[in-house]
Amino acid sequence: MDLQIAMILGQDGVTNGAIYALLALSILLVFTVTRVLLIPLGEFVSFGALTMAAVQSGTPNSIVWLVAGLAVVEAALDLRVRFRSPSRRGVPLNMVLKVVYAFALVVLMYQLPLADLPMAAQVLLTLAVVVPLGPQMYRLFFQPIANAPSLVLLIVSIAVHVAMVGVGLLLFGPSGAQTKPFSEAGFELGPLMINSQSLWVVALSLALIIVLYQFFERTIYGKALRATAINRVGSQLMGISPVFAGRASFLLASFIGALSGVMIAPITTIYFDSGFIISLKGFVGAIIGGLASYPLAALGAVLVGLLEAFSSFWASTYKEVIVFTLIIPFLLWRSLTSRHVEEEE
Amino acid sequence: MLLKKITAAVALATLATTAFAQVKVGVITSATGPIALVGIPQKNTVPLMPKKVGDLTIEYISLDDASDSTASVTAVKKLISENNVDAIIGPSGSPNAMGAIGFVAEAGVPLLAPVGTAAVVLPMTEQKKWVFKTTQNDDIIAKALVEHMAKNGVKSLGLFGTGDPYGENWSKVMTALAEKNGIQIVANEKFQRNDTSVTGQTLKIIGAKPDAVLIAAPGSSAVLPQTSLFDRGYKGKYYQTHGAALDDFLKLGGKKVEGTILAASLMLVLDEIPDSNPAKKVAAEYMGAYEKMYGNKPATFGANVYDAGLLLQKAIPIAEKKGKPGTKEFRAALRDALEQTKELVGAQGVYNMTPEDHSGFDERGREMITVKNGTWALLK
Repeated sequence: MDLQIAMILGQDGVTNGAIYALLALSILLVFTVTRVLLIPLGEFVSFGALTMAAVQSGTPNSIVWLVAGLAVVEAALDLRVRFRSPSRRGVPLNMVLKVVYAFALVVLMYQLPLADLPMAAQVLLTLAVVVPLGPQMYRLFFQPIANAPSLVLLIVSIAVHVAMVGVGLLLFGPSGAQTKPFSEAGFELGPLMINSQSLWVVALSLALIIVLYQFFERTIYGKALRATAINRVGSQLMGISPVFAGRASFLLASFIGALSGVMIAPITTIYFDSGFIISLKGFVGAIIGGLASYPLAALGAVLVGLLEAFSSFWASTYKEVIVFTLIIPFLLWRSLTSRHVEEEE
Repeated sequence: MLLKKITAAVALATLATTAFAQVKVGVITSATGPIALVGIPQKNTVPLMPKKVGDLTIEYISLDDASDSTASVTAVKKLISENNVDAIIGPSGSPNAMGAIGFVAEAGVPLLAPVGTAAVVLPMTEQKKWVFKTTQNDDIIAKALVEHMAKNGVKSLGLFGTGDPYGENWSKVMTALAEKNGIQIVANEKFQRNDTSVTGQTLKIIGAKPDAVLIAAPGSSAVLPQTSLFDRGYKGKYYQTHGAALDDFLKLGGKKVEGTILAASLMLVLDEIPDSNPAKKVAAEYMGAYEKMYGNKPATFGANVYDAGLLLQKAIPIAEKKGKPGTKEFRAALRDALEQTKELVGAQGVYNMTPEDHSGFDERGREMITVKNGTWALLK
């Protein structure tokens, strides 16, 4: 192994690590705000990638019908709740807007000349389709049991994951897909050939992390989410709606997941069930951060990416074993150094 | 109440009588889950299989195992104990089939496995004599590839396979064959189907400077190693196994897989096959019927199930002389008849079963194929 190989591997590791870092951050965000360990995060990745591939090939995908269907079910549930409570009647505007939005997507998907759109419009359309799935998922599956013990939330989360993988197979079929890179350019850096997609991934991830940081530090919504993460009951007493916090965190997670999928799809082949393994590696990163610290989680995820790249060079047969074994020393270290706090159930 | 009972009894009685003139065949496919790519064309093939042999009707009971070995075993048990099937076609996956062997052998039900790994029929044991495999054994394909390599002056070879039974078996088969032909294996790397990057393995293989690389991966996962090697500037020959014989491989690989050499079923290059090849007619019939029903061409995996249907069609009339369908005697006779299949033309080649060889393919079961101008072409 010489320096050049190490540099190529390093570049590869950082690219994947950036994706894992984004996923680790979303897992952490959703977990701290809602106590849900978001297993179906990977499905947003694969749905994002595969929707993008469908858009690029110019074939409308029926995933828009899934979004529309869920929007209708969501509206029906909301209406039922409304008519049960005696004080509030009538149909609120945002409920109508959601349903209209979903059906507007259906129209767009089937009317636009998908394959001829500029790349940016394709990405936007993909995100517009996949991102609403996050809040919808929260509304339908997690909001009704928001106060259940963490274990119940985890079980529901796994159930949703399994169901989503099945839905993914139904929507996208069993074959893998790869999309066109954002740009064909490549850069020579000394002996190293950097393809532009890697740069896109790293730059977009960094930008996203900075935006997220600003969002949590400076905006009132970000602060509300942080407050919920720190103390759920306390923040509720201060007038922060837990329903809002839950939906917002799921929205961010599905946005990050779908964007990761769109970014990684030109580099590798994505299948309907690829997302799980990718998000699992993000999860290892989140564990390294103790499911509490954002910077540590991001660093941990980059470490996972690097370790993966180098172990695939030295011992490709045992790559997965090495990556997932990483969790054990960190769990040991965490449980030995941190004081255990009994969680109130 | 009484009326209900009578109707139920009558219904049962009619069921029982029809059941006598009926052969029941269970089909287990992985139409969902990670290997759905293999399972879906197989499940779709079921309605195309022979429904009548002589005066016997064949009833197919199709189950899905979601690519899960445990579910395959459950399905096998259910078909045997509840449906009392005479034979089982499936499951789609190699590990799934390995898990099912013990149960079919115990119940004495012939299993026609459309799976890749030769381990289901080799080495032949008391249990495995109930299993028949309707795909080309890896070594038949491997021999063709190695012959081609030896003829074209390949002295060193890099192996790039999946870390699953498919890739493992290929690395075993190739190690033995390459040595015999004076080809040195200089790198043997593994990757996972869901890997987002195979850069590490790619660099290692390029570093070993082999004359050619063989990629052994099932389905479209065979694309990523090759494009990765191509992107890193590997200039040697690319070989693929029959696992890559899918149109998805061309679609995903594009220009980067041009010139790839593989040995696979004649279905890929049907138009170029001379009419003298007996399998051409069967394959054309199958592909035509499939396309008419589903609007797309079947993957070769589907033909593995179709051939299983043809094998049964030939064996059932012979077995019928020894016992009634649904009995132990019939199933045992069916197994014997399958084992004596001679010169049966399937969609993928010609089957000649023997007590030792339960796959039965010879060199007529594969063609040398290359990728030319973005499509499959017969290698001349």
